[in-house]
Amino acid sequence: MRDVTTLTILGGVNKEGIPECIDRIEVNKGEIIGIVGPTGSGKSTLIDDIEQLARGDTSSGRHILINGEVPDSSIRVDPRLKLVAQLSQKMHFLADMTVEDFLVMHARSRGKGPELVHRVLELANTLTGEPIALHHHLTALSGGQSRSLMTADIAVISDSPVVLIDEIENAGIRKQEALELLACEGKIVVVVTHDPVLALMATRRIVMKNGGMVDVITTSLQEQQVCCKIAEVDNWLLSLRETIRRGDLVEGTV
Amino acid sequence: MKLIVLAGTPGSGKTSVLLHAIKALVSLGNSPAVVKIDCLWTDDDQRFQRLGIPVQVGLAKDMCPDHFTIYNTEDMLKWAETQGADILLNETAGLCLRCAPYPDNCLAVCVIDVTTGPNTPLKVGPLLTTADVVVMTKGDVVSQAEREVFRERVLDVNPACSIVEANGLTGKGSFELAELIRASSDTGIEMKLRYNPPLAICSLCTGEMRVARKHHMGVLRSLDGSMEYRGE
Ligand SMILES: Nc1ncnc2c1ncn2[C@@H]1O[C@H](COP(=O)(O)OP(=O)(O)OP(=O)(O)O)[C@@H](O)[C@H]1O
Ligand SMILES: Nc1nc2c(ncn2[C@@H]2O[C@H](COP(=O)(O)OP(=O)(O)O)[C@@H](O)[C@H]2O)c(=O)[nH]1
Ligand SMILES: [Mg+2]
Ligand SMILES: [Mg+2]
Ligand SMILES: [Zn+2]
Ligand SMILES: [Zn+2]
Repeated sequence: MRDVTTLTILGGVNKEGIPECIDRIEVNKGEIIGIVGPTGSGKSTLIDDIEQLARGDTSSGRHILINGEVPDSSIRVDPRLKLVAQLSQKMHFLADMTVEDFLVMHARSRGKGPELVHRVLELANTLTGEPIALHHHLTALSGGQSRSLMTADIAVISDSPVVLIDEIENAGIRKQEALELLACEGKIVVVVTHDPVLALMATRRIVMKNGGMVDVITTSLQEQQVCCKIAEVDNWLLSLRETIRRGDLVEGTV
Repeated sequence: MKLIVLAGTPGSGKTSVLLHAIKALVSLGNSPAVVKIDCLWTDDDQRFQRLGIPVQVGLAKDMCPDHFTIYNTEDMLKWAETQGADILLNETAGLCLRCAPYPDNCLAVCVIDVTTGPNTPLKVGPLLTTADVVVMTKGDVVSQAEREVFRERVLDVNPACSIVEANGLTGKGSFELAELIRASSDTGIEMKLRYNPPLAICSLCTGEMRVARKHHMGVLRSLDGSMEYRGE
């Protein structure tokens, strides 16, 4: 796999056609960068631009560079050469296939062997409640099961130097574990999120407004400390959620 | 003159993709003209007219729309010539998966909707398997993995095609399609079809309306797949 040391976003225009306040951002290997902003502010559009390696041909007019250069067309389209893996905001599969057929096909499209299928399934089942089986139909999976499978599929089959993650917290799956699976060392990770823990786990965060990038904030030391505190509260909430999911009582655990 | 034949099931995004490709072609200095073929009715011509390029509509009525397209190809090219066009874009009705109205000397473009699922490329037939360019639309509605699986299936049935991942709403892919159109060769005089339209005709084709089997003649296929000739 080709090495990606930097990902550069060259700003385009916002929804009004006005040039974005931020006209250039460089993200380095090993960095997790967040994208935050109100609903409809263009977060997903920004990561779609990265997935397509936009060259002024999307509605935002942005350009994406890899290692400072305009990437070759083959890298944009051929899944065997792709540098970007994307977990989109989609909660369901539309493909009418069994889990096994789909994963085998997807592995093939990425130039990989069918032996990866079992690892994907195993991993997916650590993220979801009710287990997924190879003979299940994709379209019959629940939202959480689908997201778990998409996440595991990206971690194992689409394993790429650039990883884009759109609102992983929305699926009811174990978000921190999912993020750890996807954001392993030496990658460039872009995380769209409304979740304070995930946003503060990033080293920087891009702020979106009205379709444009308006600011880049570096997570301060103080914010990192706040992050640790929220993480504790968050873990506590998660454990309560698990208790309730199991059908147990929360009395006495507080 | 270049001839571009765009086929694909209704609603797959042919017009939307073409509208963006036309803008790209015009910005690159070309003069495209469009002929839209449909069965009974279309308002695609109004969508094309807004771009200020020459547009014509042909309605096949009771003829197979693909046969109609083939029969009228010469006339369409002549018309485009009189309009001063250098590229004739032909959007077909795209209803009959058995016929593929692609002549050899054209750029055959099949538009296919990703949301119909990865089994679709196996069902589409010569429309897809004999195309030069396959445009995958509506990728915005599915996950990246589904787009990749779909692409793999397209390459299974047509390994030599160029694939363009396009979006009919945003115009993604339109410059790539425009480049492929510009790089295609001019049409010849003696064009031949790439694929046989259905070989046989039967009495239904000539107006028979009674259902019972005894009324039918011609080369006919039974449910079990066997073929027979009935008649004189
Ligand atoms: N720079 C831009 N130029 C034109 N249109 C844009 C731009 N950015 C975003 N849009 C449009 O704005 C709409 C909302 O954008 P998007 O879905 O990316 O928002 P979001 O921040 O991901 O929202 P949510 O939090 O609800 O997921 C989309 O229709 C998108 O096409
Ligand atoms: N989400 C999405 N919708 C699309 C896309 N391309 C076309 N459409 C929509 O699909 C519908 C049918 O498109 P049209 O171009 O008329 O298809 P045609 O019958 O093949 O010419 C329209 O409502 C389009 O807006 C796409 O890439 N994404
Ligand atoms: Mg979004
Ligand atoms: Mg149309
Ligand atoms: Zn036909
Ligand atoms: Zn007949």
